[in-house]
Amino acid sequence: MSDGHHHPEPMSDVERRVHALETLLAEKGLVNEEFIDDMVQAYAQDIGPMNGARVVAKAWVDPAYRERLLAEDSTPAIGELGFGGAEGAHMIVVANTPEVHNVVVCTLCSCYPWPVLGLPPSWYKSPPYRSRMVREPRVLLAEMGCEVPDDVEIRVWDSSAEARYLVLPERPAGTEGLSEDELAALVSRDSMIGVARL
Amino acid sequence: MDGVHDLGGKIGYGPVVVEADEPVFHEAWEGRVFGLVGLVTIATNAGTPAFRHAIERMDPQHYLESSYYEHWLTGSATLAVEAGLIDADELEARSGGFPLSRPLARHPVPSHLAAPAAPEPRFGLGSRVRVRNDHPMGHTRCPDYVRDRVGDVVRVDPGEPVPEIEAHLGRIEREPTYCVRFSMAELWGDDGGTGDSLCIDLYERYLEEVS
Repeated sequence: MSDGHHHPEPMSDVERRVHALETLLAEKGLVNEEFIDDMVQAYAQDIGPMNGARVVAKAWVDPAYRERLLAEDSTPAIGELGFGGAEGAHMIVVANTPEVHNVVVCTLCSCYPWPVLGLPPSWYKSPPYRSRMVREPRVLLAEMGCEVPDDVEIRVWDSSAEARYLVLPERPAGTEGLSEDELAALVSRDSMIGVARL
Repeated sequence: MDGVHDLGGKIGYGPVVVEADEPVFHEAWEGRVFGLVGLVTIATNAGTPAFRHAIERMDPQHYLESSYYEHWLTGSATLAVEAGLIDADELEARSGGFPLSRPLARHPVPSHLAAPAAPEPRFGLGSRVRVRNDHPMGHTRCPDYVRDRVGDVVRVDPGEPVPEIEAHLGRIEREPTYCVRFSMAELWGDDGGTGDSLCIDLYERYLEEVS
Protein backbone atom coordinates (compact mmCIF):
# COMPACT_ATOMS: atom_id res chain seq x y z
CA MET A 1 0.00 0.00 0.00
CA SER A 2 1.32 3.43 -0.88
CA ASP A 3 0.76 6.24 1.53
CA GLY A 4 3.45 8.68 0.52
CA HIS A 5 0.99 11.52 0.71
CA HIS A 6 0.88 11.17 4.51
CA HIS A 7 4.65 11.55 4.71
CA PRO A 8 6.22 14.37 2.79
CA GLU A 9 9.66 13.18 3.94
CA PRO A 10 10.67 9.71 2.76
CA MET A 11 10.26 7.21 5.57
CA SER A 12 13.31 5.69 7.20
CA ASP A 13 13.64 1.90 7.40
CA VAL A 14 12.39 1.84 10.96
CA GLU A 15 9.48 4.16 10.16
CA ARG A 16 8.46 1.80 7.35
CA ARG A 17 8.46 -1.07 9.83
CA VAL A 18 6.39 0.85 12.38
CA HIS A 19 3.95 1.78 9.64
CA ALA A 20 3.70 -1.83 8.43
CA LEU A 21 3.02 -3.16 11.94
CA GLU A 22 0.53 -0.42 12.68
CA THR A 23 -1.47 -0.83 9.44
CA LEU A 24 -1.61 -4.62 9.79
CA LEU A 25 -2.83 -4.30 13.38
CA ALA A 26 -5.32 -1.61 12.33
CA GLU A 27 -6.78 -3.94 9.69
CA LYS A 28 -7.48 -6.40 12.51
CA GLY A 29 -9.19 -3.66 14.48
CA LEU A 30 -6.45 -3.69 17.10
CA VAL A 31 -5.26 -0.08 16.95
CA ASN A 32 -6.85 2.33 19.37
CA GLU A 33 -5.67 5.83 18.47
CA GLU A 34 -6.88 7.32 21.72
CA PHE A 35 -4.91 4.77 23.75
CA ILE A 36 -1.70 5.58 21.87
CA ASP A 37 -2.22 9.35 22.04
CA ASP A 38 -2.99 9.19 25.76
CA MET A 39 0.13 7.12 26.47
CA VAL A 40 2.36 9.50 24.50
CA GLN A 41 0.85 12.60 26.01
CA ALA A 42 1.06 11.28 29.59
CA TYR A 43 4.77 10.49 29.43
CA ALA A 44 5.76 13.39 27.17
CA GLN A 45 4.08 15.97 29.41
CA ASP A 46 2.54 14.90 32.68
CA ILE A 47 4.75 12.23 34.22
CA GLY A 48 8.41 13.02 34.75
CA PRO A 49 11.15 13.88 37.23
CA MET A 50 9.22 16.91 38.49
CA ASN A 51 7.12 14.35 40.38
CA GLY A 52 10.13 12.77 42.07
CA ALA A 53 11.49 16.24 42.89
CA ARG A 54 8.32 16.95 44.87
CA VAL A 55 8.75 13.73 46.82
CA VAL A 56 12.36 14.63 47.64
CA ALA A 57 11.59 18.22 48.64
CA LYS A 58 8.79 17.10 50.95
CA ALA A 59 11.09 14.54 52.58
CA TRP A 60 13.62 17.33 53.21
CA VAL A 61 11.17 19.62 55.02
CA ASP A 62 8.85 17.12 56.72
CA PRO A 63 10.59 14.60 59.05
CA ALA A 64 7.43 12.54 59.55
CA TYR A 65 6.99 12.24 55.78
CA ARG A 66 10.64 11.28 55.41
CA GLU A 67 10.15 8.50 57.91
CA ARG A 68 7.10 7.15 56.03
CA LEU A 69 8.98 7.48 52.73
CA LEU A 70 11.94 5.47 54.00
CA ALA A 71 9.75 2.66 55.31
CA GLU A 72 10.41 -0.75 53.77
CA ASP A 73 7.83 0.02 51.03
CA SER A 74 7.82 3.65 49.87
CA THR A 75 4.83 3.26 47.56
CA PRO A 76 2.19 4.52 50.06
CA ALA A 77 4.17 7.67 50.95
CA ILE A 78 4.75 8.45 47.26
CA GLY A 79 1.04 7.84 46.71
CA GLU A 80 0.24 10.54 49.27
CA LEU A 81 1.42 13.06 46.66
CA GLY A 82 -0.75 11.45 44.00
CA PHE A 83 1.98 9.51 42.19
CA GLY A 84 1.60 5.85 41.28
CA GLY A 85 0.71 3.55 38.42
CA ALA A 86 2.63 1.66 35.75
CA GLU A 87 6.13 0.57 36.82
CA GLY A 88 5.40 1.92 40.28
CA ALA A 89 3.50 -0.87 42.04
CA HIS A 90 6.40 -1.33 44.45
CA MET A 91 8.67 1.69 44.82
CA ILE A 92 11.55 1.89 47.26
CA VAL A 93 13.37 5.08 48.18
CA VAL A 94 17.00 4.73 49.23
CA ALA A 95 18.52 7.67 51.10
CA ASN A 96 21.99 9.07 50.58
CA THR A 97 23.84 9.78 53.82
CA PRO A 98 27.31 11.07 54.67
CA GLU A 99 28.40 7.39 54.60
CA VAL A 100 26.50 5.97 51.59
CA HIS A 101 25.86 7.11 48.02
CA ASN A 102 23.18 5.15 46.16
CA VAL A 103 22.90 4.67 42.40
CA VAL A 104 20.32 2.75 40.36
CA VAL A 105 20.72 0.62 37.23
CA CYS A 106 18.85 -2.14 35.38
CA THR A 107 21.41 -4.46 33.80
CA LEU A 108 18.85 -6.71 32.05
CA CYS A 109 16.61 -4.10 30.45
CA SER A 110 15.39 -0.65 31.49
CA CYS A 111 13.48 -0.86 34.80
CA TYR A 112 12.87 2.60 36.21
CA PRO A 113 10.27 4.17 38.54
CA TRP A 114 7.99 5.73 35.92
CA PRO A 115 5.50 7.48 38.27
CA VAL A 116 8.25 9.62 39.83
CA LEU A 117 10.85 9.90 37.04
CA GLY A 118 8.91 9.33 33.80
CA LEU A 119 10.56 7.30 31.05
CA PRO A 120 14.31 6.74 31.32
CA PRO A 121 16.85 8.68 29.25
CA SER A 122 18.68 6.83 26.45
CA TRP A 123 21.95 6.57 28.36
CA TYR A 124 20.22 4.72 31.23
CA LYS A 125 19.12 2.04 28.72
CA SER A 126 22.47 1.88 26.91
CA PRO A 127 24.97 -1.01 27.03
CA PRO A 128 27.78 1.16 28.47
CA TYR A 129 25.73 2.23 31.50
CA ARG A 130 24.16 -1.19 32.09
CA SER A 131 27.43 -3.10 31.76
CA ARG A 132 29.69 -0.79 33.74
CA MET A 133 27.65 0.56 36.66
CA VAL A 134 27.65 -2.77 38.47
CA ARG A 135 31.34 -3.41 37.85
CA GLU A 136 33.11 -0.09 38.26
CA PRO A 137 30.60 2.35 39.74
CA ARG A 138 33.22 4.72 41.16
CA VAL A 139 35.05 5.03 37.85
CA LEU A 140 31.86 5.44 35.84
CA LEU A 141 30.34 7.98 38.22
CA ALA A 142 33.52 10.06 38.03
CA GLU A 143 33.40 9.89 34.23
CA MET A 144 29.83 11.16 34.40
CA GLY A 145 30.93 14.09 36.55
CA CYS A 146 29.85 12.65 39.89
CA GLU A 147 32.78 12.50 42.31
CA VAL A 148 32.05 10.37 45.36
CA PRO A 149 34.51 10.87 48.23
CA ASP A 150 36.72 7.84 48.93
CA ASP A 151 35.30 7.37 52.42
CA VAL A 152 31.72 7.16 51.11
CA GLU A 153 30.41 3.69 50.19
CA ILE A 154 28.79 3.45 46.79
CA ARG A 155 25.76 1.16 46.88
CA VAL A 156 24.51 0.05 43.47
CA TRP A 157 20.89 -1.12 43.11
CA ASP A 158 20.22 -3.44 40.14
CA SER A 159 16.44 -3.48 39.68
CA SER A 160 15.98 -7.02 38.43
CA ALA A 161 12.59 -7.97 39.95
CA GLU A 162 9.52 -5.81 40.66
CA ALA A 163 10.91 -3.16 43.01
CA ARG A 164 11.72 0.21 41.42
CA TYR A 165 14.24 2.45 43.15
CA LEU A 166 14.45 6.21 43.67
CA VAL A 167 17.44 7.87 45.34
CA LEU A 168 16.78 10.49 48.02
CA PRO A 169 19.72 12.90 47.67
CA GLU A 170 21.09 14.74 50.69
CA ARG A 171 19.70 18.22 51.16
CA PRO A 172 22.34 20.71 50.00
CA ALA A 173 23.93 22.96 52.60
CA GLY A 174 22.75 26.56 52.64
CA THR A 175 19.15 25.79 51.65
CA GLU A 176 17.64 26.30 55.10
CA GLY A 177 15.52 29.28 54.10
CA LEU A 178 14.04 27.82 50.93
CA SER A 179 10.42 26.82 50.50
CA GLU A 180 9.38 23.32 49.45
CA ASP A 181 8.74 24.56 45.88
CA GLU A 182 12.15 26.23 45.73
CA LEU A 183 13.79 23.07 47.03
CA ALA A 184 11.98 20.91 44.44
CA ALA A 185 13.47 23.11 41.71
CA LEU A 186 16.96 22.13 42.92
CA VAL A 187 16.36 18.39 42.57
CA SER A 188 17.66 17.01 39.27
CA ARG A 189 16.58 13.77 37.61
CA ASP A 190 20.18 12.57 37.70
CA SER A 191 20.42 13.08 41.46
CA MET A 192 17.39 10.79 41.90
CA ILE A 193 19.03 8.08 39.75
CA GLY A 194 22.24 8.60 41.69
CA VAL A 195 24.56 9.74 38.89
CA ALA A 196 24.78 13.27 40.33
CA ARG A 197 25.17 14.79 43.79
CA LEU A 198 23.51 18.08 44.74
CA MET B 1 19.14 -16.88 28.75
CA ASP B 2 22.78 -15.87 28.60
CA GLY B 3 21.96 -13.37 25.86
CA VAL B 4 23.29 -10.07 24.65
CA HIS B 5 20.84 -8.22 26.92
CA ASP B 6 22.50 -9.63 30.06
CA LEU B 7 25.02 -6.82 30.18
CA GLY B 8 26.04 -6.55 33.84
CA GLY B 9 29.84 -6.53 34.13
CA LYS B 10 30.56 -7.02 30.43
CA ILE B 11 33.57 -5.12 29.12
CA GLY B 12 34.15 -3.08 26.00
CA TYR B 13 31.10 -0.87 25.58
CA GLY B 14 32.98 2.37 26.10
CA PRO B 15 31.84 5.65 27.64
CA VAL B 16 28.28 6.52 28.57
CA VAL B 17 27.06 9.07 26.06
CA VAL B 18 24.65 11.60 27.55
CA GLU B 19 22.44 13.58 25.20
CA ALA B 20 21.83 17.07 26.59
CA ASP B 21 18.17 18.10 26.96
CA GLU B 22 17.01 14.79 25.53
CA PRO B 23 13.31 14.72 24.57
CA VAL B 24 11.13 11.88 25.91
CA PHE B 25 10.48 10.78 22.31
CA HIS B 26 13.02 11.77 19.65
CA GLU B 27 10.72 11.15 16.74
CA ALA B 28 7.00 10.55 16.35
CA TRP B 29 7.50 6.84 15.58
CA GLU B 30 9.01 6.22 19.02
CA GLY B 31 5.81 7.41 20.69
CA ARG B 32 3.72 5.29 18.30
CA VAL B 33 5.78 2.22 19.24
CA PHE B 34 5.41 3.01 22.95
CA GLY B 35 1.62 2.94 22.51
CA LEU B 36 1.59 -0.04 20.12
CA VAL B 37 3.47 -2.20 22.64
CA GLY B 38 0.61 -1.68 25.08
CA LEU B 39 -1.95 -2.68 22.44
CA VAL B 40 0.02 -5.75 21.28
CA THR B 41 0.66 -7.10 24.76
CA ILE B 42 -3.06 -6.75 25.56
CA ALA B 43 -4.14 -8.35 22.26
CA THR B 44 -1.69 -11.26 22.60
CA ASN B 45 -2.30 -11.66 26.34
CA ALA B 46 1.46 -11.41 26.81
CA GLY B 47 2.78 -10.26 30.15
CA THR B 48 5.92 -8.24 30.68
CA PRO B 49 8.12 -11.37 30.94
CA ALA B 50 7.02 -12.62 27.49
CA PHE B 51 7.58 -9.16 26.01
CA ARG B 52 11.03 -8.88 27.59
CA HIS B 53 11.92 -12.32 26.31
CA ALA B 54 10.83 -11.40 22.78
CA ILE B 55 13.41 -8.59 22.93
CA GLU B 56 16.04 -10.87 24.48
CA ARG B 57 15.64 -13.20 21.48
CA MET B 58 16.67 -10.47 19.01
CA ASP B 59 19.71 -11.19 16.87
CA PRO B 60 22.59 -9.93 19.06
CA GLN B 61 24.03 -7.72 16.34
CA HIS B 62 20.63 -6.16 15.67
CA TYR B 63 20.12 -5.64 19.43
CA LEU B 64 23.38 -3.75 19.82
CA GLU B 65 22.99 -1.67 16.67
CA SER B 66 19.39 -0.61 17.17
CA SER B 67 17.78 1.96 19.43
CA TYR B 68 15.67 1.19 22.45
CA TYR B 69 12.33 1.76 20.73
CA GLU B 70 13.48 -0.42 17.83
CA HIS B 71 13.86 -3.18 20.43
CA TRP B 72 10.27 -2.54 21.48
CA LEU B 73 9.14 -2.55 17.84
CA THR B 74 10.91 -5.85 17.14
CA GLY B 75 9.66 -7.47 20.34
CA SER B 76 6.04 -6.44 19.85
CA ALA B 77 5.99 -7.45 16.17
CA THR B 78 7.48 -10.83 17.12
CA LEU B 79 4.78 -11.38 19.74
CA ALA B 80 2.05 -10.38 17.27
CA VAL B 81 3.38 -12.82 14.63
CA GLU B 82 3.87 -15.67 17.13
CA ALA B 83 0.32 -15.19 18.42
CA GLY B 84 -1.01 -15.39 14.86
CA LEU B 85 -2.41 -11.85 14.89
CA ILE B 86 -0.45 -10.84 11.82
CA ASP B 87 1.62 -12.54 9.16
CA ALA B 88 5.41 -12.26 8.99
CA ASP B 89 5.41 -12.30 5.16
CA GLU B 90 2.96 -9.39 5.05
CA LEU B 91 5.08 -7.43 7.52
CA GLU B 92 8.09 -8.09 5.35
CA ALA B 93 6.29 -7.15 2.12
CA ARG B 94 4.87 -3.91 3.45
CA SER B 95 8.03 -2.70 5.13
CA GLY B 96 10.66 -3.88 2.68
CA GLY B 97 12.43 -5.85 5.42
CA PHE B 98 11.38 -6.57 8.99
CA PRO B 99 13.85 -8.53 11.12
CA LEU B 100 12.01 -10.40 13.87
CA SER B 101 13.43 -12.07 16.97
CA ARG B 102 14.62 -15.66 16.91
CA PRO B 103 12.19 -18.46 17.86
CA LEU B 104 11.75 -19.64 21.42
CA ALA B 105 14.17 -22.29 22.64
CA ARG B 106 12.79 -25.81 22.48
CA HIS B 107 13.25 -26.31 26.22
CA PRO B 108 13.27 -22.79 27.70
CA VAL B 109 12.61 -23.67 31.36
CA PRO B 110 14.58 -26.33 33.27
CA SER B 111 12.42 -28.23 35.75
CA HIS B 112 13.89 -26.52 38.79
CA LEU B 113 12.85 -23.09 37.47
CA ALA B 114 9.39 -24.35 36.49
CA ALA B 115 8.62 -25.79 39.94
CA PRO B 116 5.45 -24.60 41.71
CA ALA B 117 5.91 -21.41 43.71
CA ALA B 118 5.68 -21.37 47.50
CA PRO B 119 4.31 -18.16 49.02
CA GLU B 120 6.02 -18.39 52.43
CA PRO B 121 9.59 -17.03 52.54
CA ARG B 122 12.31 -19.64 53.06
CA PHE B 123 14.93 -17.03 53.96
CA GLY B 124 14.93 -14.11 56.36
CA LEU B 125 16.79 -10.87 56.93
CA GLY B 126 20.49 -11.59 57.32
CA SER B 127 20.34 -15.03 55.67
CA ARG B 128 23.51 -15.85 53.75
CA VAL B 129 22.56 -17.11 50.32
CA ARG B 130 24.32 -18.36 47.23
CA VAL B 131 22.84 -17.72 43.80
CA ARG B 132 22.29 -21.01 42.00
CA ASN B 133 24.39 -21.56 38.91
CA ASP B 134 21.43 -22.04 36.53
CA HIS B 135 21.74 -21.19 32.84
CA PRO B 136 18.24 -21.53 31.38
CA MET B 137 17.73 -21.26 27.62
CA GLY B 138 14.61 -19.16 28.13
CA HIS B 139 13.64 -16.06 30.10
CA THR B 140 15.06 -15.43 33.54
CA ARG B 141 15.63 -12.39 35.72
CA CYS B 142 18.76 -13.76 37.31
CA PRO B 143 21.72 -12.02 35.67
CA ASP B 144 24.84 -14.05 35.00
CA TYR B 145 27.17 -11.85 37.03
CA VAL B 146 25.64 -12.86 40.38
CA ARG B 147 25.47 -16.61 39.74
CA ASP B 148 27.42 -18.73 42.20
CA ARG B 149 28.12 -15.65 44.36
CA VAL B 150 27.33 -15.36 48.07
CA GLY B 151 25.51 -12.41 49.61
CA ASP B 152 23.27 -11.36 52.48
CA VAL B 153 19.51 -10.88 52.41
CA VAL B 154 18.80 -7.24 53.30
CA ARG B 155 15.10 -7.11 52.45
CA VAL B 156 12.32 -9.67 51.94
CA ASP B 157 9.58 -8.65 49.52
CA PRO B 158 6.13 -10.18 49.27
CA GLY B 159 5.25 -12.54 46.44
CA GLU B 160 5.79 -11.51 42.83
CA PRO B 161 4.97 -13.53 39.70
CA VAL B 162 7.81 -15.91 38.83
CA PRO B 163 9.14 -14.66 35.45
CA GLU B 164 10.08 -18.09 34.06
CA ILE B 165 6.62 -19.48 34.77
CA GLU B 166 4.78 -16.42 33.45
CA ALA B 167 6.87 -16.16 30.27
CA HIS B 168 6.88 -19.81 29.28
CA LEU B 169 4.00 -21.56 31.04
CA GLY B 170 1.55 -18.66 30.88
CA ARG B 171 0.61 -18.79 34.55
CA ILE B 172 0.94 -16.33 37.41
CA GLU B 173 2.55 -17.97 40.43
CA ARG B 174 3.92 -15.74 43.14
CA GLU B 175 6.92 -16.29 45.37
CA PRO B 176 8.98 -14.01 47.59
CA THR B 177 11.86 -12.01 46.17
CA TYR B 178 14.90 -11.02 48.20
CA CYS B 179 17.13 -8.01 48.00
CA VAL B 180 20.60 -9.55 48.31
CA ARG B 181 23.67 -7.47 49.03
CA PHE B 182 27.07 -8.49 47.64
CA SER B 183 30.46 -6.95 48.21
CA MET B 184 32.21 -5.80 45.04
CA ALA B 185 35.10 -8.11 45.93
CA GLU B 186 32.71 -11.11 45.97
CA LEU B 187 31.48 -10.20 42.48
CA TRP B 188 34.68 -9.06 40.81
CA GLY B 189 37.59 -10.38 42.82
CA ASP B 190 40.42 -8.07 43.75
CA ASP B 191 39.34 -5.53 41.12
CA GLY B 192 36.30 -4.87 43.24
CA GLY B 193 38.32 -4.51 46.41
CA THR B 194 36.67 -1.42 47.85
CA GLY B 195 33.97 -0.91 50.43
CA ASP B 196 31.38 -0.53 47.69
CA SER B 197 28.48 -2.94 47.38
CA LEU B 198 25.71 -4.08 45.10
CA CYS B 199 22.10 -4.88 45.97
CA ILE B 200 19.92 -6.89 43.59
CA ASP B 201 16.42 -8.37 43.80
CA LEU B 202 16.28 -12.13 43.26
CA TYR B 203 13.45 -14.66 43.22
CA GLU B 204 13.53 -17.36 45.86
CA ARG B 205 14.14 -20.15 43.31
CA TYR B 206 17.43 -18.54 42.31
CA LEU B 207 18.85 -18.90 45.82
CA GLU B 208 20.14 -21.55 48.20
CA GLU B 209 21.10 -21.08 51.83
CA VAL B 210 24.77 -21.07 52.78
CA SER B 211 25.39 -22.69 56.13
